[in-house]
Amino acid sequence: MSNGTLEIKAISGHAGPVAGRDTSRDYDVCKLIDVTTCIGCKACEVACLEWNGYPFRETVFDNTYQTMPDLAWNYYNLIRFNEHVAEDGTFSWLMRKDGCMHCADPGCLLACPADGAIVQYANGIVDFNQDNCIGCQYCVTGCPFNIPKFNHETKKVHKCTLCSDRVGAGLEPACIKACPTGCLHFGSKDDMKDLADKRVKQLHEHTSHKSAGVYDPPGVGGTHVIYVLHDIDHPQYYGGLPKDPRVPLLVRIWKGPLKWLGNFAIAAGVIAAATHFVRYGPKKVEEPKKEEVV
Amino acid sequence: MSTAAATHYVSSDAIQRYTFHERVMHWLNALAYTYCLATGLAFYTPHLFWLAVMLGGAPTSRFWHPILGIGFFIAMIWMHVVWRSDMEITETDKRFLSNVEDYATNRDDRVPPQEKYNGGQKLYYWLMYYGTFLLLFSGLFLWFPEYISFSLAWVRHLMIVLHEVAALITIGGFIVHVYMSVFLVPGSTDAMIHGSVSRAWARTHHRLWYIRVTGGDPVGKE
Repeated sequence: MSNGTLEIKAISGHAGPVAGRDTSRDYDVCKLIDVTTCIGCKACEVACLEWNGYPFRETVFDNTYQTMPDLAWNYYNLIRFNEHVAEDGTFSWLMRKDGCMHCADPGCLLACPADGAIVQYANGIVDFNQDNCIGCQYCVTGCPFNIPKFNHETKKVHKCTLCSDRVGAGLEPACIKACPTGCLHFGSKDDMKDLADKRVKQLHEHTSHKSAGVYDPPGVGGTHVIYVLHDIDHPQYYGGLPKDPRVPLLVRIWKGPLKWLGNFAIAAGVIAAATHFVRYGPKKVEEPKKEEVV
Repeated sequence: MSTAAATHYVSSDAIQRYTFHERVMHWLNALAYTYCLATGLAFYTPHLFWLAVMLGGAPTSRFWHPILGIGFFIAMIWMHVVWRSDMEITETDKRFLSNVEDYATNRDDRVPPQEKYNGGQKLYYWLMYYGTFLLLFSGLFLWFPEYISFSLAWVRHLMIVLHEVAALITIGGFIVHVYMSVFLVPGSTDAMIHGSVSRAWARTHHRLWYIRVTGGDPVGKE
């Protein structure tokens, strides 16, 4: 995989054209997370910290196997843990590796006002560029998955990069490399979809997980991180994975019709004032005659 | 001279319209609003992002925008304490507003005489007053979105739209205000800088106020 995969096809807060717009490489990259084979070892969490150079941060014990309640600005990757009791009384531990989904239609990028703070590469990776981040956290508002996290000291927002630096150099992401069970896979989106479908078929045929399925939500144009879930009908059981994630409607209205209406109104207001001045001119003060009485 | 006139310095050719206190208040308010306007427009559209770059960079602008916003709110409250009684909408204002077409087309002889502020100025005042509350309320959510739980994400979505709508409404008023005070009514800007207007200006634009502060003295009487 060449560095060309990191050609940029979408830029946040950008007024001009984007050179790589509508381009795509031979293939989009994709991470497949098969939660049915995750054992919750958290090797991926450690690998993520190591590659990104963050020290291990304080953990919070909440009577589960989860490292801490939520992702953090320097913790991109968290195994969410849920003790789930099904309707028939059977009990299961649900582990899901949570992190940025790298949406094809990213709400964070749509919401971001800062030129170049969020970019989408031609290979599908959505990356934050902290040099250009202004700390407004509109990306937090735009994200349907609750992923971007704010660093209060530096006023910058961070999230999983899908190891764009490694991928650009032809390597797989750090988490993939660390996974001991084969639960994580990395490759082209097509290949990962194929692999996911095969695994789902296997689950249907050889296990009791008859409602197993692939999570690749169409509401955000599909994602470049996809899951195989035992129960595709209830993604919310897996630490609150949304059933039908979409870029919030109000965010779309805000960045779409409201902008055009606002731009038009401001321009029309200024033009109307100028036109009024040319048509009617300044108001004249009546200079009354000496003897005139009010 | 009437009692009202005693609080206004009246010379033979000039009438004090704004005290030093009022002018400082107005310009602090204007400064805070304009800063928030410029930086806000930078965040509003990529085409105006350069405004934030000129004002010291977008991260700096994002840092100061809410703080100056609080300053704007305080200045507005200060203004409200000082100007509230002057800004109450009266029957005179309603007559003005029903004749606003004549006023807008500079047929001023058909416009009924006005108090210190005409109906249009008062409407602008109330627009900015209530707009400030909307901007502050929604702005607090935009300032600290990380403290709103994800289950209440719809609040963030709503507030971001509310903040922009409120801002656009005040911008509409602001365009009219700047146009009228700088271009349409010569003498207005000077009055807000130096404090006084000519007797003829006062008599033309705010005749009821003119009569009140001069005790009905005819213009030009020595």
